[in-house]
Amino acid sequence: MTIRTAAPPSTTTPAARRPRGGTNRALWGTAGVLSLILVLELLPRSGAVDARFLPPFSEIAAALADRITTGEFWTALGDTLVTWAIGFSIALVVGIVLGMVIGSVGILRDATASTIEFLRPIPSVALIPLAVLMLGTGRPGTLLLVVYATFWQVLVQVLYGVQDVDPVARDTARSYRFRFLTTARTVVWPTTLPFAMTGFRLGATVALILTITGELIIGTPGLGRLLAVAQQSGQVSSMYALVIVTGLIGVLVNLGARAVERRVLHWHSSVRRETAS
Amino acid sequence: MTTTQPATAPARASGLAALRRLPVWRRLLTLLALPLILVVIWWVTSDRADSFFYPPLRDILATFGPTWFEGRLTADVVPSLGRLLAGYALAMVIGVGLGTAIGLSSRLRAFLEPVLEFFRAIPPPVMVPILMLFLGIGTGMKIFVIAAGAVWPILLNTVEGVRGVDEVLRDTARTYRLGRLTQLRTLVLRGATPQIVTGARQALSIAIILMVISEMFAAHNGLGFTIVQFQRSFAMPEMWTGIILLGLVGVVLSVLFRIIERPVLFWYHGQRQSHRGGN
Repeated sequence: MTIRTAAPPSTTTPAARRPRGGTNRALWGTAGVLSLILVLELLPRSGAVDARFLPPFSEIAAALADRITTGEFWTALGDTLVTWAIGFSIALVVGIVLGMVIGSVGILRDATASTIEFLRPIPSVALIPLAVLMLGTGRPGTLLLVVYATFWQVLVQVLYGVQDVDPVARDTARSYRFRFLTTARTVVWPTTLPFAMTGFRLGATVALILTITGELIIGTPGLGRLLAVAQQSGQVSSMYALVIVTGLIGVLVNLGARAVERRVLHWHSSVRRETAS
Repeated sequence: MTTTQPATAPARASGLAALRRLPVWRRLLTLLALPLILVVIWWVTSDRADSFFYPPLRDILATFGPTWFEGRLTADVVPSLGRLLAGYALAMVIGVGLGTAIGLSSRLRAFLEPVLEFFRAIPPPVMVPILMLFLGIGTGMKIFVIAAGAVWPILLNTVEGVRGVDEVLRDTARTYRLGRLTQLRTLVLRGATPQIVTGARQALSIAIILMVISEMFAAHNGLGFTIVQFQRSFAMPEMWTGIILLGLVGVVLSVLFRIIERPVLFWYHGQRQSHRGGN
């Protein structure tokens, strides 16, 4: 949830550490997934785990297949993704703009430091009662949680980034009397971008967690609410099926965010080093 | 996870460090000005607002003491924090233990990587209904929910940290025939500590969120439970005090974490600084 601080200086490049043979690795990975499925199938069948609590995987899969034929499921999936996308976008834009402005202006940065340090660790779920009472159980309530939690991820990373700008480059820009916006675009932004992308990647995950949480606890329409309904009506296989769906969405969001990061930062040394060797 | 992150050192990270160059009174002024202004704005606007949901800050502060210090502190806050601590400790033990094992074996890593990526990607709150099936709504369920959510960042960061241990150091240890346990203690875990701490920090905020959510879902006591009770009974000033208290818990825990982190990582910061100075 918090920023990934202090990556230790690695002496070897990540690519060099990777074991040789990508296909071999994929094979092992597939074997791992299949083993998990097998374990999930055998645990309840053998009676080691109560099948009322953990149905065999085949039943979960059947419940999933059943679910995806219903319109209700796809509407809920759409609702979840829309809430996620809106909340994430708002947090991203506000976080980047505010971070650039606060980070570039010395007085602002100093004056806001203590407030940011104080507000950031406040758990976003503390806002749930407020969100429910002031904004209701619809999308705005969940959006408040999503935006609040995601905003800090992005803001803090952008602030680090702006502080990382080379002082010589900054002074040069000042000597040439670059306008504020020109400096922001040509000097500050290129340095900040890698940090902003870290915020982007972390924020995408946090936004998804809070979207589902809001749906689960507040009852905003979406996959989380379907899960809560399945729980209340005792459809255990369905519950597991929905948990698997949220996990798959999470994997896709992670992969997508990493792909975007690689694409946007293809010029940056952290990505170049990875693909070079 | 494999990309080299832009290094963001905690010391430089907080804008607070930049303030050291100012004289003391200016420093205090810059630190306190904005928080004071915000509190004053809150005080004034809430005093005038005639909204039921937005009670005057004066009332909120007046109800804070009676609400929390007359019994609820031991009945709700302490159990919550106890569960948080237990779940977090469990996550640390499992995460570091399994993470070290997985990090040391490249085959195990290849085998488990997709599975771990999947489990990590599951939004932790959805585990609450599942674990409720197994464990009911008691203390055990909440501790497990917290552990089940907090374990992933610790586990995955430990794996990365153990993998990233300097190869030269590793070979040196082997050459000197250090025993397995000595190697584990002085080389592998030491080298992985910065990453483990990073994971532990992420895990802490997840653990706090899960503490609250598991109590909002189903509980007899606890911070999350009490706040939702206030909300349902429309006890507005009390609900606001709960939100403030929860915020304070988050802030205090993150400060505690930083205090513990410093001696654990002192050698690492020193190393980084000498690296930077040397260049």
